[in-house]
Amino acid sequence: MPNAKIIPIRGEEPIRPRLVDDLEPDLLARLMEFWAFVQRRLAGDYCVDDLGFDPEFNDKVLMAMMRPLYKSWFRVEASGLENIPDTTGALVVANHSGVIALDAVMTQVALLDEHPAHRHLRMLGSDLVFQSPFLGEIARKAGHTLACHPDAERLLRDGEIVGVWPEGYKGIGKPFAERYKLQRFGRGGFVAAALRTRTPIVPTAIVGAEETYPMIANATVVSRLLGLPYFPITPTFPLLGPLGLIPLPSKWFIHFGEPIPTDQYPKNAADDPMLVFNLTDQVREQIQQTLYRLLMQRQSIFG
Amino acid sequence: MGDLGVGRVVLVTGVSRYLGGQLARILSEDPAIDQVIGVDIVPPKLKLPGMQFVRADIRNPVIAKVLGEAGVETVVHMGVIATPRQAGGRATMKEINVIGTMQLLAACQRTPSVKALVVKSTASVYGSGPKDPAMFTEEMQPRHAPRSGWAKDSSEVEGYVRGFARRRPDVAVTTLRFANFIGPGIDTAMTTYFSLPVIPTVLGFDARLQFIHEDDGLEFVKRAVLKSYPGTFNVAGSGVLMLSQAIRRTGHQRIALPEFLFTPFGRSISQAGLIDFTAEQVRYLTYGRVLDTALATSTFGHQPMYSTPQAFASFLARREVSVA
Repeated sequence: MPNAKIIPIRGEEPIRPRLVDDLEPDLLARLMEFWAFVQRRLAGDYCVDDLGFDPEFNDKVLMAMMRPLYKSWFRVEASGLENIPDTTGALVVANHSGVIALDAVMTQVALLDEHPAHRHLRMLGSDLVFQSPFLGEIARKAGHTLACHPDAERLLRDGEIVGVWPEGYKGIGKPFAERYKLQRFGRGGFVAAALRTRTPIVPTAIVGAEETYPMIANATVVSRLLGLPYFPITPTFPLLGPLGLIPLPSKWFIHFGEPIPTDQYPKNAADDPMLVFNLTDQVREQIQQTLYRLLMQRQSIFG
Repeated sequence: MGDLGVGRVVLVTGVSRYLGGQLARILSEDPAIDQVIGVDIVPPKLKLPGMQFVRADIRNPVIAKVLGEAGVETVVHMGVIATPRQAGGRATMKEINVIGTMQLLAACQRTPSVKALVVKSTASVYGSGPKDPAMFTEEMQPRHAPRSGWAKDSSEVEGYVRGFARRRPDVAVTTLRFANFIGPGIDTAMTTYFSLPVIPTVLGFDARLQFIHEDDGLEFVKRAVLKSYPGTFNVAGSGVLMLSQAIRRTGHQRIALPEFLFTPFGRSISQAGLIDFTAEQVRYLTYGRVLDTALATSTFGHQPMYSTPQAFASFLARREVSVA
């Protein structure tokens, strides 16, 4: 811009008051708030909980980055939010798909933005997450922790909404041909945690995530070289390079199903493997049925 | 958990270092304690009027004579050294920590008057790594057991202490696993680290840190001496600070180095004598570690006065005073 006029900041004329007057008061307030936020962050003047959850950073930075994806790209429709309690704990159990765990992040946005009590979803992730640089750091700041009994029970006892994806890597790393077919549900550890803390289990079905990255093959040699559980080949990745990382804009539905109560069982119910297996199957079955129902209702993948 | 009675003789090891000396001072001012005997290899810098100092190496059997002759009732083991620099080399450090503890415990076992043992241990016995639970409770086993340095010495010390507790079931044994000490007076590897003008961190990781204020830590040791609380307890200020957050609070610069550069970098500056950067320390600064302190606060009926952020603030306040 060779013709741009240079406005002296410390000129003779007091330029700032006029600028401030020109701004809408609402915008000014927001700017001030943002400036205060930046200063607070730079001074380290904020609180994290014992697990390293940084609510301010999560809500104002991480979730803000994910909202456009949630609203405009995937146009997520969340239902059954009344099945998530306002103040007490619950265990959200959902199907897992889509190569990278976008479904988990979208569920987090759904509960924070659309639930009347703006609940934070505290997820249980694999140790691979916490081993990886950046990923582990962000996961902790977003409130997530390692999938292990002590952590799950601690969060549930504190009345948090805990999210588990029991299919794990088998779920997100499955080929496109097996979409919406639930994989094995781990060892049912999540059921034991719910039983011990007497919190309800909310079976949750997510439709749309399977089509974001249709995985046509798994490059096992590459995955073994990189120490990853799988290495996806999709129609666009790695063919188009970084462009292949853009998810397809499928239309999403997230349904939080009817809660399965766990407080009617005796105290040591978690030590009864048969009961744990049965409850695990019940949760799995309920999610599978809801998936079929949602798929029937869906008009088209990108609808 | 009864009182052990008035007119007691307490022996404190490691009194020539900061915490041991402070503890000896606090105990000698307490009316419930008759006599404080301080033991260390070098004489204390500060003269403590209420304390009888015995210059002895706990690595040799002289300690047994001291224990027997004075009729010591409570032994407080503060003599585990954290950094090689304090001892003059890693080999000496290990010898003082491990052989010293073995000798001390052997002497305690032979001395019938000993009724209580309080051991200052560290949270680093839990190790740190990506497979750790978010918070450690006392009965949890480490998932990444420490393999070197102070942390390994401390887990060995704890092992010998457990063995002693089995052989002398009549002795009340209290093991206190402390988070990193911090405060206006104490110098540790952590305070040196946070005093570096440019603070190195591991790229892509942000550890959760916990601190215990020196006054709070000493208060817990004192309470364990005055009244008996047998068992192992985690002691830390409530809440956590992220490493990045703590560095922002110091106002210093942060330099994030990839892990493969961090360790050689740490080693080179520790060789330069600036700071002790052990492998365990690097792991701690990468993955962090948090203690669940519910057992200690409920058993002792006492909560640390300073939370973790407050304890860190008291360390920062000292620095500002010294600059001014």
